[in-house]
Amino acid sequence: MLTVFLLLFPVAAALLLHFAKGNAARVLALGAALLEFAVAVFAAVSASLNMAPGHSAAAYSVFSVNIPWIASAGINFHVGMDGLSLLMVLLTTFLVPLIILASFRHDYPNASAFYALILFMQTGLIGVFVSLDAFLFYFFWEVALIPIYFIAGVWGGERRIQVTFKFFLYTIIGSLFMLAAFVYLYFQTDINNAGLTSDIDAFYNLTLTASQQAWVFWLIFIAFAVKMPIFPFHTWQPDTYTESPVPATMLLSGIMLKMGIYGTLRWLLPIVPLGTSQWGKVVMILAVIGIIYGAIIAIRQRDMKRLIAYSSLSHVGLMAAGVFSLTFIGLQGAVIQMLAHGVNVVGMFFIADIIQRRTGTRDISELGGLTRNTPLLSVCFLVLLLGTVALPLTNGFVGEFLLLAGVYQYNMWLGAVAGITIILAAVYLLRMFQRVMLGPETSFTASIQDLTGSELAVLVPLIVLVFWIGLFPNMFLRISEPAVLQILTLVNR
Amino acid sequence: MTSIILLSVLGIINLFFGFLRSNKILLPAAMVILALVFGANLLDWNAASQSYFSDMLTIDRYSVAFTAIMVLTTLLLIPFSQKYVRDGEENLAEYYSLLLFSLVGAIMMVSYDNLLMLFVGIEILSVSMYVLAGSDKRNVRSNEAALKYFLMGSFATGILLFGIALVYGATGTFQLTQINAGIVNPANASLQPMLYIGMLLMFIGISFKVSAAPFHYWTPDVYEGTPTFFTAFMSTVVKTAGFAAFFKLLMAAFFAAKGFWIPTIMAITVLTLLIGNVGAVAQTSIKRMLAYSSISHAGYLFIGLVAVNGKLSANGLFFYSLAYSVATIAAFAVLKLVSDQRQREDYAGFNGLAKTNPLLAFVMTVAMLSLAGIPLTGGFFGKFFIFGAAIDRGYIGLIVFAVVMSMVSIYYYLRPVIAMYMRPAEDDSTTPIVVGGFQSAVLVLLALLTVVLGLLPGLLSDVFQ
Repeated sequence: MLTVFLLLFPVAAALLLHFAKGNAARVLALGAALLEFAVAVFAAVSASLNMAPGHSAAAYSVFSVNIPWIASAGINFHVGMDGLSLLMVLLTTFLVPLIILASFRHDYPNASAFYALILFMQTGLIGVFVSLDAFLFYFFWEVALIPIYFIAGVWGGERRIQVTFKFFLYTIIGSLFMLAAFVYLYFQTDINNAGLTSDIDAFYNLTLTASQQAWVFWLIFIAFAVKMPIFPFHTWQPDTYTESPVPATMLLSGIMLKMGIYGTLRWLLPIVPLGTSQWGKVVMILAVIGIIYGAIIAIRQRDMKRLIAYSSLSHVGLMAAGVFSLTFIGLQGAVIQMLAHGVNVVGMFFIADIIQRRTGTRDISELGGLTRNTPLLSVCFLVLLLGTVALPLTNGFVGEFLLLAGVYQYNMWLGAVAGITIILAAVYLLRMFQRVMLGPETSFTASIQDLTGSELAVLVPLIVLVFWIGLFPNMFLRISEPAVLQILTLVNR
Repeated sequence: MTSIILLSVLGIINLFFGFLRSNKILLPAAMVILALVFGANLLDWNAASQSYFSDMLTIDRYSVAFTAIMVLTTLLLIPFSQKYVRDGEENLAEYYSLLLFSLVGAIMMVSYDNLLMLFVGIEILSVSMYVLAGSDKRNVRSNEAALKYFLMGSFATGILLFGIALVYGATGTFQLTQINAGIVNPANASLQPMLYIGMLLMFIGISFKVSAAPFHYWTPDVYEGTPTFFTAFMSTVVKTAGFAAFFKLLMAAFFAAKGFWIPTIMAITVLTLLIGNVGAVAQTSIKRMLAYSSISHAGYLFIGLVAVNGKLSANGLFFYSLAYSVATIAAFAVLKLVSDQRQREDYAGFNGLAKTNPLLAFVMTVAMLSLAGIPLTGGFFGKFFIFGAAIDRGYIGLIVFAVVMSMVSIYYYLRPVIAMYMRPAEDDSTTPIVVGGFQSAVLVLLALLTVVLGLLPGLLSDVFQ
């Protein structure tokens, strides 16, 4: 029942929010998000108490709920959490309160609607991570899209209308392909006249031929590739990240991007293993192209937000490559990197937002010398940046190391090329730090203030996690291990 | 049957309310009548199917279910019937009575068992609609719409009648089940060409009524000229009745000849989807966009016919018609309120509506998302069930095409949403639209209904077992 509570509570809170105005609305939203996080932590702790060393995925069956949704069609409201889902839910519930807190400095008009949409989106995101029925998964997949479209489209920058429209079309067209594949698979489940069902286990047990799997693979893959995004499906991403208001950018990059990776792990690899082994190479190459492409374009950016957007594109490419390496180490790397990237990218976008609000510009060439007046900001920025660059002891290092090891196991040359990402990331990120924080002050940065209390309240938890994941990755890897092993068993059957 | 009798009798009584010269009483009276009919109709649900007029009309679950959609649609639409500015020229009593009478025709179309009853039903519905299309007497556009609709419509009726005559000639009967037997009968083999031509002519006639391509040319002009309230009625009730009738005709009468008509209907489906969706993209007026959108939805409904998937098709058609009708009347209701008070029907007229009238903007958004078939709304499951029925029969190519077309539709359904939420209001449209309390309640109900259908489709997804 915890799962159902996690799903429904944000919606209930969002509806309540309509009776609140302005400041009360955001405090209420923050409270609801914190409560949601507390419940998620409680779920994680209670699950880990049940876990013996070498525990199986079945340890999580307590979270499972399965009731008929469209009974006549064999479609069920089947939700549950294994280690992988649990980690994603933890990430979501951890980030949403911080994202809400991060928006406190902005005075968004019609605040109650703004925060209601964020909470509404949280339900969609959690739904995606806990659904164990294909159509339920698709349902939440789209439910997560509608609020973010409105957040970005209503409260975004000048070019918001065209940009969010492109984003909406891209993602919805991608997901319609996925729906088509699900419907096709659904009609294959009627083995032995047991009736049609869209349950995930039934999809896992399908015996499709290699050629059927090949095109099902592509149909589903496109949906996930657009969401992540993987080169060449990424063209919506930099504009949308740049034009959206900061909370929307954080939601998109911190959590929504992970829907694509998570979907690949849960709904693509185990369902069409033959299709994956047949076409995985192509995806690997696309992913590695994305890594290099994102990094090279990031080097040339002057807009901080855009630079972080391209850096995110490069990093997600590496995660995808790790997943498609189909090695244990690569998958585990992807899981831990999803958490690490979520923490780092939200922090980076927040820093960029702080700087823009203080100075009125995000243009790197107009900034400089911030360290003198803002020691706290500099430290926070540097920690998050080094986490993104993947310095040892930080969260990024664990993730990228495992991912690169996985890719290397898959193919030495691809591993070597993907490894360049660390060097390139160091180039563009340190260059940004140098230009923004060091050097002479400019007219924009002369009288800048250091961090305030509420800003620290956002950054400190993020920084704690940078080191926590960096120093004790096993805490997290242990939770996802049985789920990852189960996925690999299904892939290699 | 009670519903037909009630509608006819109360429709006449309703005419006499007109003598009271009190518009206040007319709307509640019409709503009470419709509510009564809705209840009486549902009472027939658990009764065994009953035949009337020497088996020419059968009231069974099929007819009860579709009648329920049509009466409910009218009931929820009628609060938006009155003009914002009264010019004293309206003959409300007559209009309401014509609506009630046209419902009688619609009910006959979903419960006929004999081609003559089908024809009579179509005529009762159509003649009322010709008059209502021209009900804005001083408006040239409305006159044009009525004339166009009447000329084209009577032509289509003639073709339909010719088709019925040929089918009669080929099979020797008007009775649906006997037609099917007549087709199978080897003694009639030499009459096959006559049968096929008859069927084709009937398809043309009905396709015209449900505005399927290539017989759709009247639709945008007539929809645009007709007063918005009656346009909404045309694109919901008339369409629902038309498709329920068409489905029954194909299943009961022409089932044996499905090898002939499936390719024919398939061609109409593809063409309708293409013209409806591509046509809607180019429109600048929301009303014309909705006209093309109604053509495109005819295309989706046709997929249910092509699938010939018994229970799945019937359930799909029912759910789709319901979700489509609810969303469409919501959209037209908002459009009517806005266009009455801002005197314009283009997208820019909706600019900034979210600021001045959050409720209207929200209801319109729900309606648009539902028509576009996006989850959380009934429209998604409507498409889902219909497409599912077709995929089950292996029409993968057709569904891929339909999905591509619904991608196109997202473009034009999002445009009003963008206008309402993301563009600032124009200078002359910053005053809020006046919406009555009761109208607001109905709008909320429509949005709620759409969302409930989208969250709990299981409630109504399996009405025909």
